Amino acid sequence: MAQVHLRNLIKAYGALQVVHAINLDIADGEFVVLVGPSGCGKSTTLRMIAGLEDISGGEIAIGERVVNDLPPRDRNISMVFQNYALYPHMTVRENLGFSLKIAKRPQADIDVAVNKAADILSLTPLMDRRPAALSGGQRQRVAMGRAIVRHPEVFLFDEPLSNLDAKLRTQMRVEIKKLHQRLGSTIVYVTHDQVEAMTLADRIVIMRDGHIEQVGTPIEVFDNPVNTFVATFIGSPPMNLLEGRVDQGAVVLTDGSRLPIPPRYTAAQGAAVTYGIRADNIMPVGHALPAGDHIATVDMAVTLSEPLGTETLLFAELAGTEVQAKMLNPRPVRGRETMTFQIALDKCHLFDAATGSALRRA
Amino acid sequence: MKLGKFPPWLALLMPAIVLLAAVVLVPLVLSFYSSFTSYKLTKPDTLYNWIGTFNYQKAAGDIYFWTAFGRTVLLLTVALNLEMVLGLGLALMVSKVTRGQRLLRTMMMFPMMFSPILVGFQFKFIFNDNVGLVNNTLQSLGLTTTAIPWLVDAHLAMFSIISAEIWTSTSVFAILILAGLYAMPQDPLEAAKVDGCTPLQSFRFVTLPFLMPFIYIAMAIRSLDVARAYDIVQIMTNGGPARRTELLWTLIGRTGYVDAKMGYANAMGYISILLAIFFTVYFFRKLTAARAELGMAL
Repeated sequence: MAQVHLRNLIKAYGALQVVHAINLDIADGEFVVLVGPSGCGKSTTLRMIAGLEDISGGEIAIGERVVNDLPPRDRNISMVFQNYALYPHMTVRENLGFSLKIAKRPQADIDVAVNKAADILSLTPLMDRRPAALSGGQRQRVAMGRAIVRHPEVFLFDEPLSNLDAKLRTQMRVEIKKLHQRLGSTIVYVTHDQVEAMTLADRIVIMRDGHIEQVGTPIEVFDNPVNTFVATFIGSPPMNLLEGRVDQGAVVLTDGSRLPIPPRYTAAQGAAVTYGIRADNIMPVGHALPAGDHIATVDMAVTLSEPLGTETLLFAELAGTEVQAKMLNPRPVRGRETMTFQIALDKCHLFDAATGSALRRA
Repeated sequence: MKLGKFPPWLALLMPAIVLLAAVVLVPLVLSFYSSFTSYKLTKPDTLYNWIGTFNYQKAAGDIYFWTAFGRTVLLLTVALNLEMVLGLGLALMVSKVTRGQRLLRTMMMFPMMFSPILVGFQFKFIFNDNVGLVNNTLQSLGLTTTAIPWLVDAHLAMFSIISAEIWTSTSVFAILILAGLYAMPQDPLEAAKVDGCTPLQSFRFVTLPFLMPFIYIAMAIRSLDVARAYDIVQIMTNGGPARRTELLWTLIGRTGYVDAKMGYANAMGYISILLAIFFTVYFFRKLTAARAELGMAL
């Protein structure tokens, strides 16, 4: 078990820099998820930790060792790949035991470790099959088994669930979380799926264009996004963003309607700002949960409704921007029905319109 | 419409049957039949002189035939293995080239573009003991003062023939193995690195098993090729001198067309075909097994 430290880590392909001097300290036993849209540098960062990509600048340390120039085999890590990367010509048993065989461990030790991993991941009945004869979920479990037999200091997961169907993905997500609780090992996990990030992580690292935008627990990044990118990336549906201008303690939207400045935020008179409201915090009157002391109301015409059973997602228009709102205990909605919505101001956010940064009160 | 007294399916298959019979079946039956006669090209009547299995018994006891048989097996084994090793090396190197790889791939195929007859003439010249390039080079470098009889000495002559064979056909292996390298998924190689493999171990445990089907395909193709080897040897040494480089088909060709003993030549031919069939079946079995191991469709 070990910590992982990234110090001013840079990756460049020629003149093109894809990871810009990022810093991150991962504690021993922590489950850290790197999340971001494709091309944000998260996989590249993971592959640099693994040693599969050269490091262009900065430093990676695993435990106390700087591993910059060590090949993957000397870093004491395991990796689970997106496409499983099983050895096609080996049985499940051989796949699981391969790393130990390479390390020239006695066959008896290998058998014990392999059988234990197989037991943890319920692979025992499949031990003599080859990968081609396994389903996607089974292959994924073999890939994870291959990672755990070695007792590495750090586990690296590179979008391990993205090739599974939705149901299996949910199931494997739970298994990965259980595995982490059981092994207590350090895990660095890459995904583009914010739900995976929220549900799995001890801490989420949100990346964009090779920069780290925010690091925090799932609740921190959800409740206190540092900018509009994080605000819209984390949470589903994405946070509604409305452009406006500050006027005497309120934000005047483009159509002239006024929303009070959210309690935890502050902005200068006349400043151009972006007002952020999650769908969970804007609900029609009579269908909302009470949410704090500060409530504002707006009238909006509903253009579209998506019934989801326990709630209905409403699409409406406010100041020329499409806004998604939730209706709990839903009732049928008529086409273009105008409804009065309540906004829980305590849960709303305010960002600088130019930079996108949150205008949190100090 | 009435199609004679044939049922329709037979009538419809007739063109194919007639064609196949004319170009495959009749020659096959005729040559097989003639191997039981004393048929000589110079005496057409002997085609009707049935002598039973005499030709086969004669071949079975013919030391020249079995020497040629053994030499063909030797050539096949040595040439195929060397071509495989060289082709593998070549493919691995070319796959690492980042610039001008297309050009290299094209150049790699050049030897295959020449007729084996021309290759034979070229190597006959290269290994000529008087004016050949090899002897000239060796003598200019002062490595030898004598003219080495490349095409006369039994061992050297086989060496020269194998050189020519390898020069022409290594690229068959190289190209098929290169195709295998391109088709190879990179993930397992990365997994192997993480699992602790040195580059050599990655090659041994991951790359090579993946390439085996491609190697067996090349082996199957080339074993058929070499088992019928004729042209290069015919040009370079004509099976000589004094039968020192005699292969199956140079022997059979001479027996049939020079000595005109077609019945006997056909008998030897039928025995020899067993060799080709054996190697082809062997390599296809290996191929199927290797593919099954990789979980590929059969």
